[in-house]
Amino acid sequence: MRFRPRASCLMLVALGLLLASAAHAQTAEEELAARLKALEERVRQLEAELAGLRARSPGAPGATAAATPTTAPAPTGAPGAAPAQLPVYGGASAAASKVFNPDISLAGNFVGALGRNSVNPLPVLEVPEAELGLQAIIDPFARGDVFLSFGEEGVELEEGYLTFTSLPGGVLAKVGKMRSEFGVVNKLHTHNLPWIDRPLVTENLLGGEDGLNDASLSLSRLLPAPKNVFLEATIEVGRGDSADVWQSSQRSDVSLLGHLRGYGDLSEETNLDLGFSYGRGHNDFGSSFITDLYGVDATIRWKPLRRALYRSFLARAELVWSRRREPLDTQTAFGMYTSADYRLNRRWTLGGRFDWSDRARDPSLTDKGVSAIFTYWPSEFSQLRWQYRFVDYAEGRQGHELLFQFLYIMGAHGAHPF
Amino acid sequence: MRGHWLSTVMLLLTAAFFSLVSAPAARAASKLYVVTTTEDLASLTREVGGDHVEVEAIARGYQDPHFVEAKPSFILKLNRADLLVLVGLQLEVGWLPPLITQSRNPRIQLGTPGYLDVSQFCKILEIPTGQITRAMGDVHPLGNPHYWLEPENGRRIAQAIANRLAELRPQEASYFQQRFQDFSQRLAAAEKVWDQKMAPYRGRKVVTYHRSWPNFAERFGLNVVGYVEPKPGIPPSPSHTLELINMMKRENIKLILVEPYFDLKTPKAVARETGAEVVVLLPSVGGEKEVTDYFKLFEYDINLLVAAFGRIR
Repeated sequence: MRFRPRASCLMLVALGLLLASAAHAQTAEEELAARLKALEERVRQLEAELAGLRARSPGAPGATAAATPTTAPAPTGAPGAAPAQLPVYGGASAAASKVFNPDISLAGNFVGALGRNSVNPLPVLEVPEAELGLQAIIDPFARGDVFLSFGEEGVELEEGYLTFTSLPGGVLAKVGKMRSEFGVVNKLHTHNLPWIDRPLVTENLLGGEDGLNDASLSLSRLLPAPKNVFLEATIEVGRGDSADVWQSSQRSDVSLLGHLRGYGDLSEETNLDLGFSYGRGHNDFGSSFITDLYGVDATIRWKPLRRALYRSFLARAELVWSRRREPLDTQTAFGMYTSADYRLNRRWTLGGRFDWSDRARDPSLTDKGVSAIFTYWPSEFSQLRWQYRFVDYAEGRQGHELLFQFLYIMGAHGAHPF
Repeated sequence: MRGHWLSTVMLLLTAAFFSLVSAPAARAASKLYVVTTTEDLASLTREVGGDHVEVEAIARGYQDPHFVEAKPSFILKLNRADLLVLVGLQLEVGWLPPLITQSRNPRIQLGTPGYLDVSQFCKILEIPTGQITRAMGDVHPLGNPHYWLEPENGRRIAQAIANRLAELRPQEASYFQQRFQDFSQRLAAAEKVWDQKMAPYRGRKVVTYHRSWPNFAERFGLNVVGYVEPKPGIPPSPSHTLELINMMKRENIKLILVEPYFDLKTPKAVARETGAEVVVLLPSVGGEKEVTDYFKLFEYDINLLVAAFGRIR
C-alpha cells in the first residue's frame, strides 16, 4: 500500500463541495451542519488511516516518520489550524519498525546450590538453560511459537508448534513439539515455575525436567457448561516418545492424552481451577507394554484487584498415578505435591511446597520432601529466588540444600496462558 | 497388537467426542456483542452503540490495566464476541494475546474487522525516540497508552468504534453515526464546563505516581514535574524518594496524584515531608462506584483536583 495524495484531494474537494452547498441551504442549516461535522470527523479519521498506511509502507516517503518524534500535532479542526502534513498517530510507527520479524526473547536461568545431596546433587553453579523464544503470527489462520533451549550440554527444541486460531467449530488445533496438557506443572517452562526445581512427582513419574513433551497433534475445544464456567477438553496424539515415560518402537506406538479443565470465578478476587488428565503410551519394554498416567489437579487463587500488585495467594495440588506394565508385573505408583505462594508486597513472594512420590519403576521406593521459597522481583523482567529444600530419599539418605537462582527475560517474551 | 487396537479405539473415540459435543451456545443475533479491554472503552462503546450492542469490559476500572490476569472466564467472553476493542500501544501485551489465541473466535483475530485497536486514531504522547532499553523501566515503545484521558481522544475513539460498528452492521450505520454526533455534542458542552473549572489552575505543578496522565495534563494545563516511581513500572526506591522530596520542597509542589491501584505508603510519606496533599485520581471509568461513564470520569477527577487546589492554594 502506498500513500495516495489523490485520495486526500478528493476527500478535501468533497468536503469543499459540501461546504459550498451548505452555505446555500438555508432551510436545512442545522441538519447540514450536523452532516458536515460528521464528514469532518470522517475526513479526520481517513487522514489518520492514511498516515498509518504511509508509515507501514517501507518505500513510502513518510515511512521514516516512525523514527522521528513524538507527540502528534493537534488534529484538524483546531481554530486556524492548517496542518502542512498529516499527523503521526500512535500505533503507526510500530509496524514500520518491526515489519515481519517474529518477537524474539531470551529467558536466562542461573542456579547455584549449597549443602548436601548425595542422591540427586546439583552443581554448585550452573546455567541449566537459556530459552530463546521466537513467536509470530504466521498468516491469518495460524501463529507460531518456537522455544529453543540452550544448555551446557547443547541445544534442544523445547517446543515448536503452530496454533490454528481460526478453525470452524470452535476448535483450537496445535501441531508440533509441545509440552503436553497433563496437569499444570508439566506445561510450565522452567523460567515460569514458582520454584527453582521441579516437584519430586515430576522427577519420578512424569519424565523430570523435560516432562511429557513430544511431537504431537493437539485439538481442544470449549464444552457446554453452566454460565460463567469455563470447561475445556483437550485431546493429544503424540509420536510416543516422552523422556523415560513413553517410548515408541514402531509407528503405531503413538501416545494419547486427554485433559479436561474446569474453571470458575468464585468471586471477583477468587477463582478455582480443576483439571483431570489421562495419558497412555508404550514404555521401554516394547510395543506390548503400556504405561498409563492419571492426574488430578486443583488450584485456588486469590488476588484483590485493587491491590493486585501487592497481595495474592495461590494454593495448588497435583496428584498423579502411574500404571506401568512390565514383562513380569505391573508397577502402580502414586505421587503428589501441594504448594502455596503468598505475595507479601510488590517485590517479595513467600512460598512452600510439600512433595511425596513413589518411583515409577519401583513403587516400594518413596521420596518425600519439603521446600521453603523466597522470591524477590527487582522488576517484572527479573527475579532472584532462594529455596531451602529438604528431601528424604527412599534409600534412607537425606538432602539439605540451599538453592538460589537468577532469572531474567530479554526482549519481547509473549505472555503465558493462565 | 493390543496397543495398536487400543490406539485405534482411542482415535475413534476422539473423533466421536469432537463431532458429538455441541458448540458453545450461539450468541443472540439481534445485538452485536462487544468486548473491550477497559471500562473506558466499554463506556465509549455504549455511547455510540446504544441499545444495539451488548458491551462487556475485561479489566475493572480500579485495576492496573498493565497487570490483568488472563483468566479463562475472559476466554468465554471473547469466544462469542463480534468485536474486540483494545487500547493498544502494548498496554495489554501481558495478558490479551493468549486470550485472543485461546478464544477460538476467528472474528476477533488480528487483521479482521472484529479487532479494533483504537490507538491508531488517537493523539499519542511520549513516543520515545532514539534507543529504547529496559534500563528506562517498563517503557512503552509505541507511546504512552493512557491516551483516553483526553476528551478529544475520547471523541476519536467513539468515532472509530461507531465506524466499525457501522461496518459490521451496515443497516444500522445511521443509528451509530447519530449516536456519535449526539455524544460529540454533549462532550463539547462538557469540555467547556471542565475548561472553566480548571482554568484557574493551568500551569500548576504536580507529581504523579505513574506516567498515567500526560494527555490529561496537557489538555487541562497541569505541569507534571516528577513521579513517585523512579522509572515506569519500578517501585519507589529510598534514594529516588529523597530526591523527589527535595525537588518538591524546592519547587513548592503541593499535590501528588496517585492511581487507585498503587500503595499510598510512599506518597503519604512524601506528602508528610513536603506538606503536600495526596489525591487518588481515577484513570478509568469504574474506579469508584459513582464513576459509571466517560463523562463522570472527568467530572470526578476535575472536581477532586479543583477541591485539592482550593485547599492547598
